[in-house]
Amino acid sequence: MDFLNAIIVIFNFTLIPALAYGSQLALGAIFVTLIYAVLRFANFATGDMMSFGTMFAVILTYYFQSLGIGLGVLPTALLTIPFAILMMILYMLIIDKFVFSYYRIKKSPPVQFAMVSVGVMFVTQALIRIIIGPSDRIFLDGEKFIIKATEFKEMTGLAEGITLKSTQAITIIVTLIVVSIMFWFLNKTKTGTSMRAYSDNEDLALLSGIDPKRVVLITWVIAGILATIGGVLYGLDKSYRPFVYFNNMLPIFAAAIVGGIGNPFGAFLGGYVIAFAEIFVTYAYKRFISYLLPENLEPDSLLQLLSTDYKFAVSFSILVIVLLIRPSGIFKGKVI
Amino acid sequence: MKNYKNVIAAYSIMIFLIIMVGIFQSWSIALTILNYCLISAVMTIGANIQWGYAGLINFGIMGYTALGGLAVVLVSVEPVKKAWQVGGLNILACIWIIVAIVFVVKFILNRFGKSKLRNYSVASVILGGIIILRITAAPGIEAIEAIDPAKTGFLGGMGLPVLFSWIFGALLAGGLAFIIGKIALGLRADYLAIATLLIAEIMVSIIKHEEWLARGVKNVTGLKRPAPYEIDLQASEWFINLVAKFHSAKLNLINSAADKQEALNQMVIEASSIYVKLCFSGLFLTVVIILLIVTQKALYSPWGRKMRAIRDNEVAASAMGKNVVKEHLLIFILGSAIVGLAGAMMVTNDGLFTPTSYRPMRYTFVIWVMVIVGGTGNNFGAILGGFVVWFLWVEAAPIALFLINLFTAHLPETNTFKVHLIESAPYFRFLVIGIGLLLIMRFRPQGIIPEKIIKQ
Repeated sequence: MDFLNAIIVIFNFTLIPALAYGSQLALGAIFVTLIYAVLRFANFATGDMMSFGTMFAVILTYYFQSLGIGLGVLPTALLTIPFAILMMILYMLIIDKFVFSYYRIKKSPPVQFAMVSVGVMFVTQALIRIIIGPSDRIFLDGEKFIIKATEFKEMTGLAEGITLKSTQAITIIVTLIVVSIMFWFLNKTKTGTSMRAYSDNEDLALLSGIDPKRVVLITWVIAGILATIGGVLYGLDKSYRPFVYFNNMLPIFAAAIVGGIGNPFGAFLGGYVIAFAEIFVTYAYKRFISYLLPENLEPDSLLQLLSTDYKFAVSFSILVIVLLIRPSGIFKGKVI
Repeated sequence: MKNYKNVIAAYSIMIFLIIMVGIFQSWSIALTILNYCLISAVMTIGANIQWGYAGLINFGIMGYTALGGLAVVLVSVEPVKKAWQVGGLNILACIWIIVAIVFVVKFILNRFGKSKLRNYSVASVILGGIIILRITAAPGIEAIEAIDPAKTGFLGGMGLPVLFSWIFGALLAGGLAFIIGKIALGLRADYLAIATLLIAEIMVSIIKHEEWLARGVKNVTGLKRPAPYEIDLQASEWFINLVAKFHSAKLNLINSAADKQEALNQMVIEASSIYVKLCFSGLFLTVVIILLIVTQKALYSPWGRKMRAIRDNEVAASAMGKNVVKEHLLIFILGSAIVGLAGAMMVTNDGLFTPTSYRPMRYTFVIWVMVIVGGTGNNFGAILGGFVVWFLWVEAAPIALFLINLFTAHLPETNTFKVHLIESAPYFRFLVIGIGLLLIMRFRPQGIIPEKIIKQ
């Protein structure tokens, strides 16, 4: 019985949150990695682009709520995602047309691209703050929990309960669907193959008649979808606050590089690596251990490797270690 | 002289703008802006050494600024004797443990060849070391943080004059840059940018959460000053006489003695704050001028030419026998040390150390915009960039407010659109900076004052 309780503690406090958080990071990381692979620059506007897409979802959610349109048990935000994605893609294409395309045609070095993306970051942040303001917004509606801890305890008679928030379940399911569609697209369709060819060797791809404009367009479309969905899922799970999205850029970068930048599958797994590391290292194992050990051996301390204040620091340290030992990432990306 | 025409023109416009702020807003605001411009200028000199001279991209400026700020606390605050008594031993023991870990790791790395066993043993030494560290430190930290947590709860500093902290801040930042440079400098440009950004974030989170060191998020206030305090000035005779002399024409117009005294008091209060700010400006200006002379000399010395050669073609430079790795490390340390100095100056100016205020937006990206806008590889350009961008950063909100009011003048006061725009006026600074950066990158990528290469 105690053993079961111990497992449920771990499941409830680390596995479920890590899976949800990892999915959100994974979507962002694939976004970073795609831009890096096809357009060849590190996009410092990542967090704010995700925030920009989410902003539309938030506004539309409020609008739909005022009209009385909803999904019942599911959050209204899911209904708004397609519209938000459209707006996001439009914004990205405008930015690409007026900012990035100039440098792409000039074949500027990646550093210049990175600086330009910093400019885009500033502009995007300004637009978000001017349109919706910097305050914290919760736009989740519908059923909040799928399983509540008390219900679970009553059902099983165990001392520990499992809480499964609906947002966590939605996050994991939506991520799996989106990512599998994307991998199918990249690997099985002709357009996807041409994208990978362009990423591998631009000149050779051009020689074999691949239209670079089309590749860039498709990349931004996929990027818009990933950024918006990732952002909305994060906002549903926690809350929508522009400043937090900017900060999320850092673990997302860490995930993309850990997984091997330029490698979408690596980025997908990298998201989970970062999320699990953050949560496992900062979790206090006292409760878990106390179930496993006999009563007289119960530990005094919290048994925490690092305090939760260092959550971000953990993921960054992992990144630094990966960069030192295996700069191409765990799953070989573009070799540095 | 002809070559410097545009430089002089650009700086005159900048000074004119600051004077305009003095006339239209107030001299106190103008001096605050000037002080921050000077501090930003020191930061941009540091960033420009790294990016403009050597082409190293360092997005970790925030970390070094925070470290410089930490130096002010460590140097100038009076030591908390009680804290040292209860926990000092543990902290000193921890420092020795860290030294021991470093030596053991070094020993293993030198002694054994590349193998899986070596990697595992290094990892286990570090992990074991961290666990021992935590066990040793925990009681000490708890004891230190328990001592009068509302006021101290940390070890305090050395109680030295605050100006020493500027040097110490530079040394601290340089020392850390040495370690980080050793780790990260081999990376390609955009990876280096990300790695330094994240390492800086780690540094700031350590400063934020280690409360025994500098009170963490509880902030340290009331730091020492290299300038006199306003209250002392207002009580000193010579200062009052000086103000009276300065404003004699205005004072003579007032007839009654009581009114005269009141007006004088008001003037003294105003003048004291301006006097203090002027003291700071003088100090900062000295630092900027010294740095400018040194960096300018360095840029046109054989060493500067070597750096440019390395920047423009690393392979060729190393083929000519230049040690690229060593020079990169050196310049990384120098630039970071200057940024650390700027961080110490800023905390001295503010008189308080607030770790939560260190955010990458303000302390990394804005500084980078300054370097790019001003002119990479040119010290005059970098300083000007610091002035221009800081000025825009501060003045964008009032200007935006003015423009909003102008264009929405026909709308009633309660119009939601107008209210919303007025509320979001402070965020127009991001827009101005972002668009400014994009325009400069597109139409004048070399910056306002481009790099000048003197042919020998």
